[in-house]
Parts: sequence; structure tokens; C-alpha cells
Amino acid sequence: MITLKLEILRRKHPEDVPHWESYDYQTEDETANIAVALTELNQKIENPVRWECSCLQKKCGACAMVIQNRPRLACDTPLKEFSKAGTVRIEPLRKFPVVADLIVDRSILFQNLETMKVWFAEEAKTKGSQMAYEASRCLQCGCCLEICPNFYAGGTFSGMSATLPTARLLTALPESQKKELCRAYRKYIYEGCGKSLACRNVCPAGIEIDKLLVNSNAVAVWKRKLKHET
Amino acid sequence: MQKVIIIGAGLAGLSASVTLAEHGISCALISLQNSERAQSVLAEGGINASLNTMGENDTVQNHYEDTLRGGVYLADPNAVQNLTFHAPEIVRWLEKLGVPFNMTDSDIMLRNFGGQKKKRTAYARSSTGKIIMTALIDEVRRYEAGGLIQRYPHHEFIQLLTENQACYGVRIQDAYTGKMTDFKGSVLLCSGGMNGVFPEMTTGTTQNSGDVTATVFRQGVTLGNPEMIQYHPTTIGISGKRCLVTEAARGEGGRLCIMQNQQKYYFMEEKYPELGNLMPRDVVAREMYFIRRKYGGEVFLDMTELSSVTWQKKLSDLRQEIMHYLALDPKTDLIPVREGIHYFMGGIDTDEYHRTNFRNLYAAGECTCQYHGANRLGGNSMLGALYGGRKSAETIIKTAEFLTEENQEVSVSVPEKASPVLIQKISQILLSGLGIVRNQETLLKQLNALEVLANQRTYSFYEQNRLLLAEAMLRSALERRESRGAHYREDYPDKNDNFRKTTIAECDDKNRVRISFRPIPEKRADI
Ligand SMILES: Cc1cc2nc3c(=O)[nH]c(=O)nc-3n(C[C@H](O)[C@H](O)[C@H](O)COP(=O)(O)OP(=O)(O)OC[C@H]3O[C@@H](n4cnc5c(N)ncnc54)[C@H](O)[C@@H]3O)c2cc1C
Ligand code: SF4
Ligand code: SF4
Ligand code: FES
Repeated sequence: MITLKLEILRRKHPEDVPHWESYDYQTEDETANIAVALTELNQKIENPVRWECSCLQKKCGACAMVIQNRPRLACDTPLKEFSKAGTVRIEPLRKFPVVADLIVDRSILFQNLETMKVWFAEEAKTKGSQMAYEASRCLQCGCCLEICPNFYAGGTFSGMSATLPTARLLTALPESQKKELCRAYRKYIYEGCGKSLACRNVCPAGIEIDKLLVNSNAVAVWKRKLKHET
Repeated sequence: MQKVIIIGAGLAGLSASVTLAEHGISCALISLQNSERAQSVLAEGGINASLNTMGENDTVQNHYEDTLRGGVYLADPNAVQNLTFHAPEIVRWLEKLGVPFNMTDSDIMLRNFGGQKKKRTAYARSSTGKIIMTALIDEVRRYEAGGLIQRYPHHEFIQLLTENQACYGVRIQDAYTGKMTDFKGSVLLCSGGMNGVFPEMTTGTTQNSGDVTATVFRQGVTLGNPEMIQYHPTTIGISGKRCLVTEAARGEGGRLCIMQNQQKYYFMEEKYPELGNLMPRDVVAREMYFIRRKYGGEVFLDMTELSSVTWQKKLSDLRQEIMHYLALDPKTDLIPVREGIHYFMGGIDTDEYHRTNFRNLYAAGECTCQYHGANRLGGNSMLGALYGGRKSAETIIKTAEFLTEENQEVSVSVPEKASPVLIQKISQILLSGLGIVRNQETLLKQLNALEVLANQRTYSFYEQNRLLLAEAMLRSALERRESRGAHYREDYPDKNDNFRKTTIAECDDKNRVRISFRPIPEKRADI
């Protein structure tokens, strides 16, 4: 049996003053996670907590939020971790505008990709590339932006969530996009990234961010060929 | 400007939007959440196409026959012919978009999948859906930047705008601001499977609530084969849902067994020497159900004989997932598996051109009853969604009456959501009636239980729609007095070709549900 106090930072709408509310929660499921707790809690309380989820198996990034001060996926955060402390604090991601309760508007993630023109303008030559595979796994959850010391919404630096989709293109670097893409990479990524790799530690998809970063830098900045390709 | 409204941004919606954009037609792409969160990203094992890269002399004809046979001849042969004929083209297109499929030395590698005698399933390890979606999302972004595709994530379908069996738009609500807008134009539904009808019991997402299908049904759109629900043989229970163990696990050599006197008994291999563990899913799920009933205990997936290379190059994600959720290592441990609700072969009824019974209303992807008959083959649904999206867009280009009316903001009160308690109650009724093994007695009992529930109180718009959809599913299963594919009736255990017809469910304006049967179209000449 797990018994916990869920402390949730709540707001009805973007302008609302945020306030903490505390809920007692109990479950016999020793493997239960925060997503399950929120679902069950919402069936019992009058004003359900607004939050987003979809896959419930850490594959879609919908349920990213700040749990006990760390950006995480609710469906990948077991309650057991907090049973000793007896309480867990849950709040929305802090680098995006809040919509209500735990929902934030992550449009900036996608706007950045559009600004950087992240798409193949010609036939892609990624044939079987394991690096293109790894880069394709990014969930666009935004956890990396939350932890990143250099990212803020509205700044030039686009963060790791934009680096990985760009890295996918750089594995095949189309001739016609070479100049523009490398320039965008340097401006929106390379110049802003401190390479501390704090993002790697929170990435819920466990993406090999360091390898992809080294390779993208090599291609876009140092004009070298890709390494590590298997 | 010409405009099409697409509901759903999974594989089907994205594929349709790109096809329209390629023809210079603009569309609004509406979805509850961003494409990165659509159910399509969960697809694991792969996508079918007779690329014949493995030296097995595979052909389109083989793919066509396997698909029809797998669906026990309930699918429209002309539609399946189109699907399988264009499959290689679809996979080559994905390759051009930069999908890093696993490769042989020179070409796309194919793996074995259920119900198919030849290697035909292209894949990217065991995250094929995610990897394809990433490439497709980038492609959509290209057209989005060019202004042809307008994305509306966090927007919810409320209802169709219709008049005299014609659709002229759709009412949408911004889930963030609550703003309601009537979008005017032809409508393409790509809203995915009805997973939400069985909360916590499916391998799918919570986003696919089934509300779109339920609502359009209530508005007069007909459904086909709603009783055809696929139970995937190998799922594991995790907190809050069923988690899929991809069929690729068996495609790469995994074997199903049950323990008998401490010995592994490989029951599928014994009974079906040719395809063994890779019989179509309906057969495997049923055999698992019966073998458990006979011997008790759990059925296990034995992957202990798979080579290290296979784990590393082909199934690395799967191994990690199983270790994460079950604390078992499939390299050395047997994995207990159970059947779980996975796919909906039935849904919105369309013809082979993806037209519904309403003018200017089209549907594609898992929300439709198309291509898969009474049972879907693994790897055919991503194909069906991608091809269906494209085909429906082509039909729209040819036939839709393009409306030029402006969208209109409307102020109407927001319909109340279905209560989770009611959803659970309906789900319990359906699970009892629509299990792997069905019979008249339980179906009648559950229909009765549903009626009692329906008369208990007054219900909101969404709740009524759900009740009507549930009735359509149960009544369809009751009327199909035979066993075929996923629909197994122990009181009618044999196939009966008088029922080689599509079950059609209709809801009239007095909310009465009617079930009838429509013959399968005759096959035309080969393409
Ligand atoms: C775990 C798993 C593994 C699978 N593996 C494979 C495989 O290996 N091979 C294969 O071929 N198939 C596989 N499938 C099946 C396949 O993934 C799906 O059938 C296919 O991706 C469906 O695509 P779609 O575009 O029709 O729908 P989805 O991807 O489900 O998209 C539905 C869209 O509709 C939107 N939507 C839903 N309701 C509303 C609403 N009310 N308002 C607004 N928008 C709404 C959603 O936001 C979403 O964008 C798998 C499925 C699952 C669950
Ligand atoms: S390496 Fe550091 S600066 Fe760069 S994206 Fe990651 S956290 Fe931010
Ligand atoms: S890099 Fe990791 S943390 Fe960042 S958006 Fe992608 S999946 Fe999320
Ligand atoms: S719900 Fe998809 S990652 Fe949590």
C-alpha cells in the first residue's frame, strides 16, 4: 500500500494566482505512477486537475511536468519514490506559459523548428542511419528546456528539443540546404549551448544527446564528416 | 481558398494533409494534441509492403491474398488490391522522407509478421511508428511554413455541421481557451481507433476517446463491422493500461508456451506447424484463451533463444521496455503475456474511395472500417493509415464541393464531458459482451444491462453518443451469427458465408440503432 500527499500547484486560467492544493492519495498498486494517481484523483474530486496525457508509457511526451523540482514524465514517475517522504510536489513546466493547472502551452517548441526550417527540402539520404534513428526519437516533451541554464522562451537559443530534429537532417546534410542549415544550427544552437549536458540527465527518452551533439557540431560547425556512424 | 478540414494528425491525417498540399490544396489539421503525441507514435513492429528485398519472390498478389485471407474475406477486395499495389511506393516514399529503416547490405530489410508467409514488414528496430511520424511531421512542417497546412493542435472535435446528408464543416473547440469555432469546408475524419471505449484495457492512447466516432454515428454516419475488435495476443499489464509486446518479438523467433509438468509446451507450433506462433492474431489470441482454460496458469513468451545481435539491432527498445516494466530480462526469463484490446477493424463505413454516406464527408485511418475485414494483419494498419490518408485526399481533390465560406466563431455552451464513472460502466458491459469468445446469452444480457443503464438518468450529449455506440457494437455482435476472424461465437463456431457481408450500423434521428448487412463488392480486374 502506498499512501501519499499529492501537492499540486493549481491555477484555473493563465491569469489566475497559483496556489498549492494538497490531496491524500492511497493505492494498493505498488507500481502506480503519478499519471495513474492524477487519473484516479480526478475521478474523485469536484474540480479535476487539468493535465495532458496520451500514451501512458513514456512514448509521447504529453505528460511532462515538474515533479519534486525535476522535469519528468508523470507516467514514468513511480509513486514509490516518494512513499518514504510521504509527499510529492507537482507543478507545471516553468519555461512555458501555463494554460491551467499542469497544462502548459509548448507551441514554442514547434515554432523554433519552423524558424530553423527543420525539414528535408530534397530527397533524404539517411539510409539506415542509426544516428538519424536516435535523433528521430525525440518526444518534444520539453523536459530538456526546463533544466537548461541557457534556454528561455523568446531567446535565440532553441534548446535540445530543436537540436535533435536538426541533427536528423545533419546526418544526411542535403546539398541544397547545406549553407542555410549550418548557419541556422550555429545561430540557434551552437552559439547558445553551454554543452553542460544537464539535458541528457533529464531526457526521459534516454537519447544519446552527447553523441548527436558532437556529430552535429562536427558537421555544421567544423565541416567534418560524421563520426560514430554504425 | 479551397479548404479541407482534417480531424486527427496521426499517420492518416498527416499523409492526407501532405497529399493535399502536393496538389496545392490547403487544409486545417485539427487534433487534440500535437502529432508527436498521437497513437501512431506507439506503433512498433513495422509496415508491410511486398518490396521483395529478401530473395523470397514476394509479390503484390501474395500481399493481397494474405490480407484478404487474414481478414477472412470480409474486406473489400478492390480496396485491398489498391492498398497492396501501392504499398511498395508508400514505403519508398517514407525512405525518401528520411525514415532510417533497418537495412540489409543494399536495401530495406524485411521481417516476418503474423499471417504472412513471406518477409514483408519494413521496420526501424521496434519503434517504427515513432520514427515514421518524425519524418512525416517534418514534411508537414515544410508545407506549413509554405502556408498550405495550418495546424490546430489542442483543438477538439465537437460535432459535424450537416444538412440533408451533406457535411459542410465541423464545430471545433480550442481546449486551451474554450473558444468554439465553426470551420467550413469538406471534412476528412482521421480520428483513430475507439480505444477510449475500453479505458485502461487497450494498448492505445487516452487521446483516442472514441468520441468522434460516437458523435458522427449519432449524427447519422453509418458504421461498418463495429463488432470486429482485435485482441493482440501479447500484451502485459502495466499501471493504467495494457502495454504491447510487439509481434516482431515472434517474427524474430519468440515462441508462445505454457508450462506443463515444468516443461515448456509450445502449443501454437504443435497445432499449426506451418505458421506456428505467427498465425493471424485472432487465431493466436483464441488459442491462448482456450489453452489457459484447459491447463490453467499463464501463457509465456519465450524469447530466450534470440541471438544477441537480434536483441541489439532489431529489438533493443523492446528489451528495455520489458525490463523497465516487469523487471524481467527477456533474454533469460519467460515473459507472461495476455491478450489485450489493440485495434478496431470496424468503424466509420466508407467505400474504397474513402467516402462516407454523407456528401463531403470522408474518413481514413483506424477510425474507418477499411482494408482489414474481420482481422487485421500486423504491419497493415500503418500502411492502411498512410495509404488511406493519401487515397482519401485524392478523392477529395476529385469530388469534394469546395466551400469558400469563412470560419465562424460561435458562442454556444460547451457540451459536458462523459463522466468517467459512466465510461467505466459501459466498458464493463462491453468487455463482458465482446470478449474473445462470445455467445447470444451474454450478448443479450449485456444489451439488457446497457438498456437499464441508459434509463437510469438523463445523460449529456457525449454520454448519449457513447451509449448509442456501445449498443451498435453489441447488437452487431449479436446479429452476426457466425464465427469469423476476431468475432468468435461459441454458439455459432463456424464461418457461414451468408454472413460474408459488412455489418452496417445506423442511428436514426430518434436515436434508434438499426443493424443490417451489405454484400462485399465484387472484385474488378487486376490493376
Ligand atoms: C502499441 C501499438 C503498436 C502498434 N504497432 C503497429 C505496427 O507495428 N504496425 C502497424 O501497421 N500498426 C501498428 N499499430 C496500429 C497503428 O499504429 C494505428 O492503427 C495507426 O497508427 C492509426 O493511425 P491514425 O492516423 O488512423 O490514428 P492515430 O494515430 O490514432 O491519430 C488519431 C488522431 O486523432 C486525433 N483525435 C482523436 N479524437 C479527437 C477529437 N475528439 N478531437 C480532435 N482530434 C481528435 C488525435 O489527436 C490524433 O491526432 C499499433 C498500435 C498500437 C496502439
Ligand atoms: S547541453 Fe546544456 S546548454 Fe546545451 S541544451 Fe543541454 S542543458 Fe542546455
Ligand atoms: S531531447 Fe529528450 S527531454 Fe528534450 S524534448 Fe527531446 S525527448 Fe524531451
Ligand atoms: S502520457 Fe505519453 S509520455 Fe506520459
